[in-house]
Amino acid sequence: MILAIDIVLLVLLAVVGIAIIRLRNLFAVVMLSGIYSLLMACIFVLLDAVDVAFTEAAVGAGISTVLMLGVLALTKNREKIPVTTPLLPLVTVLVTGGLLIYGTWDLPAFGDPNAPIHLHVAPAYLAEGEHETGAPNIVTAVLASYRGYDTLGEVTVIFTAGIGVLLLLSGGLGRRRRDPDEPNSGGGGAS
Amino acid sequence: MFAAAAIGIIVTMTFALLRALLGPTTFDRILAANMVGTKTTLLIAVLGFLADRPEFLDIALIYALMNFIAVIAVMRYTQYGEFVSSQGGTK
Repeated sequence: MILAIDIVLLVLLAVVGIAIIRLRNLFAVVMLSGIYSLLMACIFVLLDAVDVAFTEAAVGAGISTVLMLGVLALTKNREKIPVTTPLLPLVTVLVTGGLLIYGTWDLPAFGDPNAPIHLHVAPAYLAEGEHETGAPNIVTAVLASYRGYDTLGEVTVIFTAGIGVLLLLSGGLGRRRRDPDEPNSGGGGAS
Repeated sequence: MFAAAAIGIIVTMTFALLRALLGPTTFDRILAANMVGTKTTLLIAVLGFLADRPEFLDIALIYALMNFIAVIAVMRYTQYGEFVSSQGGTK
């Protein structure tokens, strides 16, 4: 049953992906990429990666949709017809994808308890985690205690990036609103 | 029983997806994206019971909240942004 749901969701994902490539209406593309993230979140939940699914939904469907709409407010609503042929990019993507799939052949099977990643420190965390950190959830214990400084660094990076994007967006919107169609007259600062 | 519910939700999700693909107006697409978000919430809730992990219900609740906020944000941009018309200039 889970397998059937997986296959249907992956087919829907492929349909959305092809539609994103084919559509020229950029607003529709933004909406479809939000839908793509939601479908991807479903697949992550099916893979039992609930935290990844939640991040995907919050960042992919939430924040990036809003950011893309902010970008869309600065530009035109329709994509131009490309003049170059997509042959070289197609070959590049196919070769890269083939190499990545070739790389997965050496990986241990999905959920294999004897995979190296499950034999290194994970048993110690599982055995000692609750006693050492006092956190009943082992993921919380690893993220907030064993890797506390790492998480602090990540949060700092994300906070800085968020402030940067907010500053860029608010500055860009203000400038564009004042003179929407003025062609680079008088110190446009475009260098 | 939960399997039937999951199938029903996925069929509805497919229809919403078709509306997002075909939808002639902007609002069809916003509504379709909102619909897919709602169906994602429901599907995660059903999947929790299907996989004997009912604590997924809490996660589904957070998805519902997030979906609501995202649609509010999209509606605000549609209202006040510069791309209200879906027939934007092609120049």
